[in-house]
Amino acid sequence: MTEPAKPIIQIQNVSKRFGKVTAVDNVSLDINAGEFFVLLGPSGCGKTTLLRMIAGFELPTEGRILIDGQDMAGIPPNKRPVNMVFQSYAVFPHMSVADNVAYGLKIAGVKGGEVKDRVAEALELVKLGGFGERMPDQMSGGQRQRVALARSLVMRPKVLLLDEPLSALDAKLRAQMQFELSELQEKVGITFVTVTHDQDEALSMACRIGVINKGEVAQLATPSDLYEYPSNRFVADFVGSVNIFEGKLTLDEPDKAAVDCPGVGKIYLNHGVTGPHGADVWIALRPEKIYLHVPGEGKAVKAAAQDAPDGYNFARGKIKGMSYLGDITLFEIELDDGARIRVSRPNLSRHDQEDFTWDDRVSMHWRADSPVVLLG
Amino acid sequence: MAEQDWKTSKRTFAAVSLPTLFWVVVFFLIPMAIVWLYSFGENRGLTEIEFSGTLENYKRATEWLYLTIFGKSFAVAALVTLICLIVGFPVAMAITFASEKWRPWLLLGIMLPFWTNLLIRTYALMMLLGTQGFANKGMGALWEGTSWIKTLVGLQPLPTWEPVQLLFNNFAVVFGLVYVHLPFMVLPLYAALDRLDRSLIEASLDLGAGHFRTIMRIVVPLAAPGIIAGVMITLIPALGAYLTPDLMGGTDSQMIANVIERQFKKANDWPFGAALSFLLIYAMFILIAIQSMRKKVPEVR
Repeated sequence: MTEPAKPIIQIQNVSKRFGKVTAVDNVSLDINAGEFFVLLGPSGCGKTTLLRMIAGFELPTEGRILIDGQDMAGIPPNKRPVNMVFQSYAVFPHMSVADNVAYGLKIAGVKGGEVKDRVAEALELVKLGGFGERMPDQMSGGQRQRVALARSLVMRPKVLLLDEPLSALDAKLRAQMQFELSELQEKVGITFVTVTHDQDEALSMACRIGVINKGEVAQLATPSDLYEYPSNRFVADFVGSVNIFEGKLTLDEPDKAAVDCPGVGKIYLNHGVTGPHGADVWIALRPEKIYLHVPGEGKAVKAAAQDAPDGYNFARGKIKGMSYLGDITLFEIELDDGARIRVSRPNLSRHDQEDFTWDDRVSMHWRADSPVVLLG
Repeated sequence: MAEQDWKTSKRTFAAVSLPTLFWVVVFFLIPMAIVWLYSFGENRGLTEIEFSGTLENYKRATEWLYLTIFGKSFAVAALVTLICLIVGFPVAMAITFASEKWRPWLLLGIMLPFWTNLLIRTYALMMLLGTQGFANKGMGALWEGTSWIKTLVGLQPLPTWEPVQLLFNNFAVVFGLVYVHLPFMVLPLYAALDRLDRSLIEASLDLGAGHFRTIMRIVVPLAAPGIIAGVMITLIPALGAYLTPDLMGGTDSQMIANVIERQFKKANDWPFGAALSFLLIYAMFILIAIQSMRKKVPEVR
């Protein structure tokens, strides 16, 4: 979005402790109006607690939360301008779909005729038009989730909170709902804040992602920045698949740098790092950014790594493991220098995976702008 | 392991269920059948009963006098059940939402009275409610205290304390029955509330409902199976209550079970007692039938 971002939710130095356990540790975070924000992290990292504090079901031990500029301290969940879609959907089983969706409107004192119109409109929005008379137990999990969505959206909240919205759906439906949720969010223009542990979900839906680890914000970035420029080992490892090598910074100039990684060799970068010479750093290298060459093709390809000086960003090894995933094949390769490296290779033709087998000697290279240097 | 049911392994099933079946038939069904036959019999002398197939006992049992006692028993049992529900629901909610640490202790507190004999509990309650009991003594002390304070500030003292008659009346019967039956109400309510998905409550709050509305619109309807179970499990024994009205009631607070007991003992009219008993049993059958006919609340997880 191009208009100046205005924070709809401001989380300021918020901590939450349950007894001796710190679930959320001094988090400060702004969520902009109209964006699709995703809190991503492993289970137990505090992301759901953070979401529940925005909804008002948990109170921060320290710090404050502002929604649309208003401090939420002392404001109970039923008075907050946010609505939540629960992980279990929490569709009221004893009410019809239409009654579920109308529940909040009736409490808000909306008149009968308008309730009917808005319920119909909300059900249409989630593609459940005509399902109003159904009871929840006559619906599938995916449909019940749409009911939960409609029930929240009909309230026209300033922010819609979604707790692991897709975790209970099967893989196909999940992929479809990722698109639908993004589409829905653009259509209604309401700020969505979603909690998930699934990086695919986060990457595909979010405008921005806040990665949470052990109650702290590990990185706050757009999906592509998060993937291509992770700022620490946790993020690099959690988001996507990655090879991480420990090494020493041996060369660091404004336009180039080199890291000596035991077990791999010298890794050359076409940009500076600005770290102290000889410092311990980590190199993150995504499996798909490594070009694996068919046996025998190695020599011709060595020249392909021309943006790195001879001997850099080129390695040989032996295939120790292969897993064919259809669209790609994943290789586990033991380098001659000892390290193990994961490489993925797209199966561009139907027989691509047949070029390789266990214990084949292979060579590989990667571009000088592919590795990411991590200082922590 | 393949799933086994009584259809695939009939013999095992029969072997396992035989002792219980034997027990139920010999010690429950047969005696009940005998009493049922008595209800169609006539007294011949002191101990002889002739099974004459007469309906005279039922005719007498449906006389106005006995119908009023039936009616009163229903009224008392219904009132007791209602009070148990009103008192028990918040208690069950409190246990459900108590912390993990406290919940077993609160449940223990509810079940603790079961560890004491009903008779002893009833006598204990009578000690509490008697004219010289703690309830009266406590109120008396408050009364005297107030009177003393009034004299201290120069006002007229209150008249002397007259103990309140808390025992041997209908109030005592209802109080005693509520006391005895409350755990029967709380436990099924707790079981139902404990199963309730908490996020349903949170969803209601999230959609703008206050706590009271959430309880009335979400918690109560979804706890309906537990409420009905609690009502049945309280109403049926309360309807047949014998000991409490006998010990704590006055002359006008006898319930149907007391009348039945008198027929079998003092009046030595077993056929009539049997007819009254079976009228009570039929009434309970009807209650249970109504309960099992009601529409099942769909459960969605």
